[in-house]
Amino acid sequence: MNEYLLIIHRDLSKEAAPSPQQMQDLIKPFQEWIGGIAAQNKLVVPPKRLDVSGRVVKQSLVTDGPYAEVKESVGGLIVIRAKDYDEAVEIAKGCPILNWGASLEVRLAVPNQ
Amino acid sequence: MEHSDLLPNLFRSEYRNIVSVLSYSFGIKHVEIAEDIVSDTFLSATEDWSMGDIPDNPRAWLYAVARNKIKNYLRRHALFEKTISREITGATETTEELELDFSVKNIADSQLAMIFAICNPTNSSEAQIALALNLLCGFGVQEIADAFLTNKEVVYKRINRAKEKLRQDEVAIRQPLPAEIPERLSNVLMTLYLLFSEGYYSMSQNTTLRRDFCDEAMRLNMLLIDNKLTDTPATKALYALMCFHASRFDARQNEQGDSILYEDQDDARWDQSLITKGSYFLNFASVGEEVSRFHLEAGIAYWHTHKEDTTEKWSKILGLYNHLLTLEYSPVAALNRTFALSKTRGKQIAIVEAEKLKLEDNPHYFSLLGHLYTGIDNIRARTHFETALTLVSSSANRTTILRNIEKLAASC
Repeated sequence: MNEYLLIIHRDLSKEAAPSPQQMQDLIKPFQEWIGGIAAQNKLVVPPKRLDVSGRVVKQSLVTDGPYAEVKESVGGLIVIRAKDYDEAVEIAKGCPILNWGASLEVRLAVPNQ
Repeated sequence: MEHSDLLPNLFRSEYRNIVSVLSYSFGIKHVEIAEDIVSDTFLSATEDWSMGDIPDNPRAWLYAVARNKIKNYLRRHALFEKTISREITGATETTEELELDFSVKNIADSQLAMIFAICNPTNSSEAQIALALNLLCGFGVQEIADAFLTNKEVVYKRINRAKEKLRQDEVAIRQPLPAEIPERLSNVLMTLYLLFSEGYYSMSQNTTLRRDFCDEAMRLNMLLIDNKLTDTPATKALYALMCFHASRFDARQNEQGDSILYEDQDDARWDQSLITKGSYFLNFASVGEEVSRFHLEAGIAYWHTHKEDTTEKWSKILGLYNHLLTLEYSPVAALNRTFALSKTRGKQIAIVEAEKLKLEDNPHYFSLLGHLYTGIDNIRARTHFETALTLVSSSANRTTILRNIEKLAASC
């Protein structure tokens, strides 16, 4: 079993934004998606939502975040357990926020040698 | 008051009171001496009281006799006297001045100190529970063995090993410090919950004893609620959880001693006053930021006090299990969550999720699959029930599965 980081990238452009009601309607399906992962004992780190600003630290300076180059800022992250990328991707496909233009980045946490 | 009924409960409750006060004063090293003195005291009581009249104030009699026996013991054992005067900080009292305080407050303080000393993770949960039942609740080794469906020697060894470990680690019997509470309290609450579960789920036929275990767990929990240091939302949530479970105690067994499943229980036999008490404490507990697993389990138990199958009930239960699973995974929670899913989103969706669980050595997993497939694919359902039968251990569970197979056959 490996660990995979799932990063939720939200589309911050106005066209894609869900209305307040739609955001509220998202809560339950999202919790159900997480609950399903947890029920399989595959949830390593439960979802953490990230604020919209943040900081970017480079060697010689600290600027306001998020990365300005990327329109899609990181909305949240979770860590799951899965056999391989195929399985991790299958799990990621179940995320309801995908319907709102978000994308999920799936990254293997390379095991220590 | 019926004197003939007074004695059994009196000894058990005063056993723990006196042992607690003595241990609080003298420390873990001398717990056995405390137990001996208390047993001696009860022996005197039995001898005296069966000859003549029971005193008007039996408690005060017991405390007075215990005090005398301790004084005699201290006089006879000069070495012990030197040891304890070193242990009692700042005390310069001579033996004659050593007053054991049996006030309500000191008894409560001693019990609290004992709870924290006994519910110490240096011992396994099993050992903590056995020790708690013996020292904190006053149950005898035979009684504990009966509840655990094991024999006296096993329990005796377990208790002694646990005491020895506490002595080795020099665990102090004292009030917990505020800084220690966050870390230690969750273990204490867990031990109390396991103690309650022993009474609630035990397969022993001795219903009175099992009920006493539940009552004791609740009494100790209430002690924690009564003390400002330990009165946290989680403490109250645990109490609510115990109230909800305990409310169904009478309905869970028939006269033959077989367990009755939830859906078959006569809810007229559910204790409404306990349900009300549970709801009160759950409300009280729902303050602040902290959502402990006990809050979630109490919430689920609350919804189970409503027998009717409404969508709201199962939707709420599903949400609570989702949350509980993100806090801490357990196969039971995963299975129950999937059952709640079937009630809210239907069997087809639940089947997909159930098959992902892959709890291949768990009989309840196959029971659930059998239940989910019933009415959708009865052949598959039967196979799953039969697999469950090969894995199941208790006869009560066996009976339930066989009944489900029968129902399946009848509907074909």
